[in-house]
Amino acid sequence: MNVQDQYIINLIQKAHRIDGRGLEDFRKVTLEKNPIGQAEGSALVQIGNTKVVVGVKMGVGTPFPDTPKEGILICNAELSPLASPNFELGPPGEESIELARIIDRGIRESKAIDVEKLCITEGEKVWMVFVDIYPINHQGNLIDASGLAAASALANAKMPKLEGDKLIYDEKKTPLPLKELPIPVTFAQIKDHLVVDPSLEEERAMNGRITVSTKENGNVCAIQKGGDAMTMANIEKALDMSVKKGKDLRKLV
Amino acid sequence: MADSKEVKKTEAKEIKSVAKEDKPAEMETPKEVVGDPKALKNDKDVVLPGDKIIDSMDYLPGKNTFREGNSIISKRIGLVYFKGRVIEVIPLSGVYVPSVGDMIIGEVKEVQHSGWIIDINSPYEAFLPLSGVREFVDPGKMDMSKIYGTGDIIYGKISLVSPANSIHVTMQDQKARKFDGGRVVRINSVKVPRLIGKMGSMINLIKDKTGCRISVGQNGIVWLQGENEVLAVEVIKTIEDKSHSEGLTNYIEKLLEKKE
Amino acid sequence: MSTKREDGRGPEDIRPIKMEVGVIKNADGSAMVSLGKTVAIAAVYGPRELHPKHLQVSNRARLKCIYSMAPFSTTERVRPGPSRRSSEISKVTRESLEPALFLENFPKTTIDVFILIVQANAGTRTAGINAASLALADAGIEMRDLVTSVAAGKIDGTYTIDLAGKEEEATDCDLPIAYMPRIDKITLLQMDGDMPVKDVKGTIELAKKGCKILYEEQKKALLKKWAKEGLE
Repeated sequence: MNVQDQYIINLIQKAHRIDGRGLEDFRKVTLEKNPIGQAEGSALVQIGNTKVVVGVKMGVGTPFPDTPKEGILICNAELSPLASPNFELGPPGEESIELARIIDRGIRESKAIDVEKLCITEGEKVWMVFVDIYPINHQGNLIDASGLAAASALANAKMPKLEGDKLIYDEKKTPLPLKELPIPVTFAQIKDHLVVDPSLEEERAMNGRITVSTKENGNVCAIQKGGDAMTMANIEKALDMSVKKGKDLRKLV
Repeated sequence: MADSKEVKKTEAKEIKSVAKEDKPAEMETPKEVVGDPKALKNDKDVVLPGDKIIDSMDYLPGKNTFREGNSIISKRIGLVYFKGRVIEVIPLSGVYVPSVGDMIIGEVKEVQHSGWIIDINSPYEAFLPLSGVREFVDPGKMDMSKIYGTGDIIYGKISLVSPANSIHVTMQDQKARKFDGGRVVRINSVKVPRLIGKMGSMINLIKDKTGCRISVGQNGIVWLQGENEVLAVEVIKTIEDKSHSEGLTNYIEKLLEKKE
Repeated sequence: MSTKREDGRGPEDIRPIKMEVGVIKNADGSAMVSLGKTVAIAAVYGPRELHPKHLQVSNRARLKCIYSMAPFSTTERVRPGPSRRSSEISKVTRESLEPALFLENFPKTTIDVFILIVQANAGTRTAGINAASLALADAGIEMRDLVTSVAAGKIDGTYTIDLAGKEEEATDCDLPIAYMPRIDKITLLQMDGDMPVKDVKGTIELAKKGCKILYEEQKKALLKKWAKEGLE
């Protein structure tokens, strides 16, 4: 273990964090709606120095054979080398796949998008929704930044007009058929303490991570734990706190 | 339930005390305590990873065990041994981990300018330095592969195991040698004592019946050469497979006679 | 409210469990675990040398887990090779096992765990973790505890364990966990669904209960292979 990690662990035991935050404090969160005009919907989220842009594009395609009446959602995350010296070019690694799948499952399993309303002709033509996640600067907690940005991008997206087989991108009017959007809140376990919104330094010193996505009514719709083992006490704490923090973040969407 | 456990424990103790009388030569610690009535596992019990052996601060965790709070817990599948105040688990499976003094059989993987890289059937390769061979070698003038070339099989001794897992082999030992021809079989190193048998009974039986010359490295590599190599290999593999069977020696005797 | 399930089980009953250790001769450790119709086999190789060198970790062994499904394991053929789903499961499987291992004792080496789902009917990642944990123990890898894994959910207001078949659609959530029973710590926790925090806690508690049952089965399976080794 390096000096920095040890320093963070020593601090945590006195209930301090390296950037002076309380254990239950987020860094400053800002959200810019639709910064990218070309996209159907987009959002730029900054959590401290972490910066993620999410764009929603739409297209028309054939539905999956087992769901002929449902539109298609595709989430993708690209950990581009421009965002961190630790990201490398090449095929998507476990980290980017996990990030994309956490966001994907959050949206899918909470039934945030009413996919049946995205059906154009049953079994032949449906709308496809592409959610592309691009971290621009990685300073920790990409999951929450990506999740918040994805929620906002979807909430503010306008569908292009469909005329016959042609998509007219100049005439975007109708919003996406949305229900409730999930908001993920991530905690790091450092030694045995739980801190919300870990920074990159804290992610390096952490021994476990848990993300809880909640809906507007406070229901949990997705959990993903990573890293080392966790006690039930910490899991319960994360569950309870995620409802509160999720409500705060949702106001920005 | 409680009663029967009690009985089992006293039995185990008696058996052990008889065994001790049989082979006094092996007794090095004069006050050996075998098991503890408070222990959750008896001496020579099979334990699994995570199995608690005892809740007591009176004992120290030895090989393949660890302490957690008051408890000593096994890290591996193995047999529990109470060695005085130290509790050890002798593993029943796993890779060969060398220790200094082990006589091993290795295969030369690579000839380098300062020595040889040896595969010793372990997670780490070993190194045979120039200082470990009997001959004087001047690498500037001599083709080192003339001494040991890639693919050669050697019988040597572990001379160094550093904390950073650098392992050295030496040929500066009376028994050390290079094998000429023959063939090699690999078995799990934890089965080596079974293959050798009590006082070498098993390995001598195989040598007698097959007419093979056989060398067994503590690392689980076996070298053999002779008329009936095929049978010898079959028997060695059988012992590895069935090392837990009761009456193994009888079984092997029959196998050897049938094929003779 | 009926407590009977599709296959006649009670809400806290796990499907018929079969576990066998040592099913792959070549491997240093191996195991097969089946839960109802779901069948997972796992093989462990190592600790062994890791090449190329830049992949080596200087202070511990690297644990590598590869989860894959046989093309014929489901109704519709699964395309062979890694997918996004299998990559993610490989990652969470690794993270569910790592906390149980003393990786620091074999620096620079690799311990490779290969999990193959031979037949899939729900709960493949949890079956895979159970098999991998057995295979690691079988291989003589140093462990703090066995790792056990099962999923739970809530159907018609009843907490229900080891979901199978249509239950995966009927449940309010699908919540797989992996758990070290002796240490009482959770190493895998995922959840998809929609339920209040209080119910999530209840579902986790039931899953833990199920893990304790599987823990005993794992021990039995290991002893079945190894108990005889104790005989002189």
